[in-house]
Amino acid sequence: MNSQQKFRQSQGGLIDRSRPLNFTFNNQSYQGYYGDTLASALLANGVRVISRSFKFHRPRGVFSSGVEEPNALLKVDFGSGTIPLASATTLPLVDNLSAQSENCFPSVNFDLGRFLDYTRPLWPAGFYNKTFKWPSWHTYEWAFRKTAGLTRLPDDQDQTQYRQMNRHCDLLIVGMGQAGLNAAIQAADQGRDVLIVEKDVLPGGSLLFDEMEIDGQASRDWITGIFQELTDRENVQLLLSSTAVGYYDHNVITVHDCSAKYRSKNALETFWKVRADQVILATGAIEQPLIFANNDLPGIMLAGAMREYHQRYAVKCGTTVVGVANNDFGWRSMFSLKEAGIKVPLIIDSRTDVDEGLSAKADEHGIEVQLGSVPLKAKGSRCVKLLEYLTSKQDKKDVKCDAIAVSGGLNPTVHLYSQAGGKLRFDNALACFVPDHCRQNVSVVGAANGEFTGLGDCNVSTRQPAPMSKNSQWVDLLHDVTVSDIELAVQENYVSVEHMKRYTTTGMAVDQGKTSNLNALSLLASSLSKSPGEVGTTTYRPNFIPVTMGAISGNRKGELYIPTRHLSAHNWHHDRGAVFDDYGGWRRPAYYGKERDSSILKEVDLVRHAVGLFDASPLGKIEVKGPDAGKFLNRIYVNNIQSLKVGAIRYGLMLNENGIVIDDGVCVRLEEDHYLLHTTSSNAERIVSWLEEWHQCEWPHLNLVICPVTTQWAVLNVAGPGSRETLQGLEGMVDLSSMNLPHMGFQSASFKSGLPYRIQRVSFTGELSYELAIPAKAATEYFSLIMDLGEPLGIGLFGIEALLNLRIEKGFFHVGVDTDGTTNPYDLGFETIVQNQQDDFIGARSLKRSADCDQDRRQFVGLKIDGNGSGVKAGAHLVTNNKNPISEGFLTSAWQSPIVGCTIGLGTINGGLQRMGEKIFIYDDKKISTATIVDRCFYDPKGGRMHE
Amino acid sequence: MLRIDCPYCGIRDEVEFRYGGESHLSRPQPEVDDVQWSDYLFNRKNTKGVFFERWCHSYGCGQWFNVARNTVTHEILKTYVMGEPKPEIKQ
Amino acid sequence: MATAYYLAAKHGIRKVAVIEKGWLGGGNSGRNTQVVRSNYFWPQSADFYEYSLKLYERLNAELNFNVMLSQRGILSLAHSHHELESQRRWANSIQINGIDSEVMNPQQIKKLVPSINLQGRLPVHGGFIQKRGGIARHDAVVWAYARAASNLGVDIIQETEVTDFKITEGRITGVKTSQGQVSADRVCISVAGHTSVLARKAGFRLPITSMALQAMVSEPIKPCLNTVVISNMIHVYVSQSDRGELVIGGAADLYNSYAQRGGIPVLEENMAAFLKLFPSFSRLRLNRQWAGIVDITPDTTPIMGKTPVKNLYINCGFGTGGYKAIPAGGDTMAYTIAKDKTHPLIQDFNLERFAKGKLVDESAAAGVEH
Repeated sequence: MNSQQKFRQSQGGLIDRSRPLNFTFNNQSYQGYYGDTLASALLANGVRVISRSFKFHRPRGVFSSGVEEPNALLKVDFGSGTIPLASATTLPLVDNLSAQSENCFPSVNFDLGRFLDYTRPLWPAGFYNKTFKWPSWHTYEWAFRKTAGLTRLPDDQDQTQYRQMNRHCDLLIVGMGQAGLNAAIQAADQGRDVLIVEKDVLPGGSLLFDEMEIDGQASRDWITGIFQELTDRENVQLLLSSTAVGYYDHNVITVHDCSAKYRSKNALETFWKVRADQVILATGAIEQPLIFANNDLPGIMLAGAMREYHQRYAVKCGTTVVGVANNDFGWRSMFSLKEAGIKVPLIIDSRTDVDEGLSAKADEHGIEVQLGSVPLKAKGSRCVKLLEYLTSKQDKKDVKCDAIAVSGGLNPTVHLYSQAGGKLRFDNALACFVPDHCRQNVSVVGAANGEFTGLGDCNVSTRQPAPMSKNSQWVDLLHDVTVSDIELAVQENYVSVEHMKRYTTTGMAVDQGKTSNLNALSLLASSLSKSPGEVGTTTYRPNFIPVTMGAISGNRKGELYIPTRHLSAHNWHHDRGAVFDDYGGWRRPAYYGKERDSSILKEVDLVRHAVGLFDASPLGKIEVKGPDAGKFLNRIYVNNIQSLKVGAIRYGLMLNENGIVIDDGVCVRLEEDHYLLHTTSSNAERIVSWLEEWHQCEWPHLNLVICPVTTQWAVLNVAGPGSRETLQGLEGMVDLSSMNLPHMGFQSASFKSGLPYRIQRVSFTGELSYELAIPAKAATEYFSLIMDLGEPLGIGLFGIEALLNLRIEKGFFHVGVDTDGTTNPYDLGFETIVQNQQDDFIGARSLKRSADCDQDRRQFVGLKIDGNGSGVKAGAHLVTNNKNPISEGFLTSAWQSPIVGCTIGLGTINGGLQRMGEKIFIYDDKKISTATIVDRCFYDPKGGRMHE
Repeated sequence: MLRIDCPYCGIRDEVEFRYGGESHLSRPQPEVDDVQWSDYLFNRKNTKGVFFERWCHSYGCGQWFNVARNTVTHEILKTYVMGEPKPEIKQ
Repeated sequence: MATAYYLAAKHGIRKVAVIEKGWLGGGNSGRNTQVVRSNYFWPQSADFYEYSLKLYERLNAELNFNVMLSQRGILSLAHSHHELESQRRWANSIQINGIDSEVMNPQQIKKLVPSINLQGRLPVHGGFIQKRGGIARHDAVVWAYARAASNLGVDIIQETEVTDFKITEGRITGVKTSQGQVSADRVCISVAGHTSVLARKAGFRLPITSMALQAMVSEPIKPCLNTVVISNMIHVYVSQSDRGELVIGGAADLYNSYAQRGGIPVLEENMAAFLKLFPSFSRLRLNRQWAGIVDITPDTTPIMGKTPVKNLYINCGFGTGGYKAIPAGGDTMAYTIAKDKTHPLIQDFNLERFAKGKLVDESAAAGVEH
């Protein structure tokens, strides 16, 4: 045995003494063994002061041996990274681990922050609500924020891998204690698909330290046997180091699996989402402390924890330990310590009557017993040295000790049960809340269900602390909340358990009150002369213990954060200098070249004077086919679609039921009962869903089918004076003369190679323009082909930015840019189309409201902006007054147009259609410019170039 | 997380579906007045308790269907195909 | 509580009872993520929320209670060129409304929020900030108003549920509760997520949908985020409390719910969005998650003022953004109730606007809930 580990027993425990591990704590070196937790290793080395408390910087030591730990929270560095705030009691010790106490300066043994403790009367619960008001909270806030937080954000890179796993099972069992393991083997025998999870690194639960005989075996052997048995079963999956943290609707439970986090080279955390037909919670119970003055001194621990440190880790938590209890369970822990050779001079118990067998055993062990006795005050500076107590005869006595084992009874771990919607009831005999009923398919077994063995009687009133030094009687160790804080809350009328929690902040820290809530509400109950059952608990919420955020988000990071959609010809564009940006969920070329503005200008010029090629593949394409297709589309569109001739194209506008424009695009009648709709690229999926919804829910009797084909067809838009000549060169291209294919005309055929295509003559740029749709897989090939064909004509590629600017010159609005959630068809100048429609269509009724027809609504207009309009951007407001501007509308698109010779814009302004020629002001980020309202079409108003 | 029993595909996770709000709404004739039209367009039962609503299995069969669900407990009492009338649910 | 306070303080009406089904502040007031701002789009909204922010700024003095208003700035991010344009429209709107707002470029954002990640999918193209926006302690606001109102003679009755209304000839005469009946000349419904339930009892319908809105906190760490950061596009917003916890919220769980409980999909989305903006926080642990019930209207603008029942008033529909409206909401409702005349600031928030088609569509500004 290492002589440094003064408090390590020479034998026993489940640690592996053949594997010593080195670690440092606050830069001092220590040794422990494989199987230790960081806490057990520190205790073995006699380290008492481990941290400083959050608010008052009081010295604290290890308090428990599990997830309920409020004190031993340390910053830990190990192999694959830093844990900012690790719970030392559950962290497995690994080699070369280094731990630091945070929240203390200069050191944990001497912390200047303690001045807050010495000035404690100034800082009762809720003190900040009554003070620091003048002149404002800002004056003081910086100081408070600096004292906040227990740890710092680590600055090294997180190298942990996070993954998510989905699991369906017949039965999920939480907990591998005796109850859980029994339930597992039963279910396994029934042939059910079982998943059993355990938060500890070993199975066994409390059996790991509460030795007893099971089926004729020592409990340790029984655990090993049954665990092996379960491992061998094909229908059973076992997960250790896996904590069930959240219980959601419909029996879905989340499990945080750290089994590969600490002891492997590449740290991995797995977040399981388990969908279980049935759940059994075997989550055990957490021992509760008793409250007395200075009950937070290092050396004061939960009795069961001391026992666990001894039995499981072979660590003595003290040399002279006094027991303070109100139940039999605590006594058994004391007996166990005595049997291990630790001095146990005294057990004090507030009960006046205890089981005869218990008294006899105490006698046997030579332990003095004081019944009807309450603890008063612990004394010591950095470690407990003495306990003052009151005997049943009201005599004040004291006893020397270097550790105090407290046992205030057990509290079933009902967190998951409550999250599931389970209701609790207060059991007076056990003095705790037990599961009552739950509508989800979950049952609770073992200690979690209040089935405590050896607990004996536990009188409610005996949890009350002695009435003295109340502001040194600690209830919530993590948030430094005292009995006097709770009494203050009651005094100030914060009497609901939720108010008490929020006012005092008890139970709101990372331990979520696992060792404080029950005491707090019991205190509240007695101050209100109510029973704890009447007071109730605060709401249980996920997570049972804090979960790494990285684990919850899993792989949804980096490139996988949101799916990226690429054009079929993405690489081809990339090779030709495309600069990509996100448009409506697609990565598309914004422009081609090195510099943004000059490239865009070049591309615009190309389209106007030569020929440009644009990838319009994401353009929404939906086929609607059936005898009632036309009838259906008439209701979807504002326009009359049924009257469209076969092979012809009509521009269509779609509204929602509130009369608002949601999309536009051209509609083609392919055949008598077969239509092809085009939507804006970003709305492709949304409009398909829209059509399906109306068809399935409102008009299911209409005979038609809807088929989205957006990604089936790549679309190559060839635009410019040379576009016809370019495309005509394709072998098998139809005659592109205006006779055969007029503007707004459509044809479909096949190329000589056999590849089918669809060609429509539509223009968004205002030039002669064709949209050629081919099967997506052929995209790259045809992009190259067309570039070759257009070379003699000076063809070039153009991107979205150029396209958007070209269409501004034509005054074509872009849904979602020039329209918003308030634009109706009248605002866009479509009065005629609406009036011409006799039949009902979606949105028609809303348009009849007077507010929808109001002439003063914001109407879509063009704008000629004065000066060289430098810096005026879309998003500017149109105002009539330059001194006290009042917004009358917005500039929705703007572009310094070389062909028009000034900065032009599109926008909406109140009553705009009546205000042609009017001069107005433009407000943009505190600057004012001027502009004139004009007709929205700046270029080729008769459309001659498109109709060529 | 809700697990919804699609009448066509069986029980699937919430993320496969899109919500459609209150079901069994009756689209009135265009002749109704503004108040009645607004009632159809905007007003909703927003029931606390058993609520009859629409869901679409967007990432599955793509079908809309109806669900009777308790909006307090999230318990799903019944799923039934679009077009079927509101079922009798024992509260 | 605010309405009761202003009725007593500004209109001298002290015979006021506030009837609360559960514990005071136990609804959305005790569950929200504490964001206070006035950077709204439409002038009607901007005026209203700016009035509210100004009241917040004076609240400590008025109520003699420290609500810990921390005006550390609200930064809204833009993740694409197009979003920059919409934001620009929004920022200009705020400026024109006379409220502080400043456009920021990515470099300025990085300087203000050093731990933010500007790159990756949907990179940050810019943003704008309202410096006077920030957070205030939610429980404190409720308690402050409650104490002040109580001191003025207002009765606060908790754990009592209103079960029905007493209406005679189209006029309210009182309420029935789980503890008995209360007669009243005027009644105001201010119950957020449960408004439809009460409206139904009063005999009228509302365009409201109740959904769960989640919020969550991390373990406490030393100060590392001094501004409130909001992203509409990736649906997340985050601030750091004075205790050091990161408070995170996102979009609502999109289905009707009164459960005050959200599900895993939104939780994951919130976490993923948060870590996308702040990847260095991945090792931090999430401590606790909860939810409230938000009452959402079709135009994400509240419904305030009179109802079809005479002397019955309503204050609802704030959806995910009610906390910042508490002072102005209380003040304007108190005026409306006292004078039986809608306060000028809330004229356009009336229930009639839906039939008229005069929605005040604030979805851009309300965006991600806060």
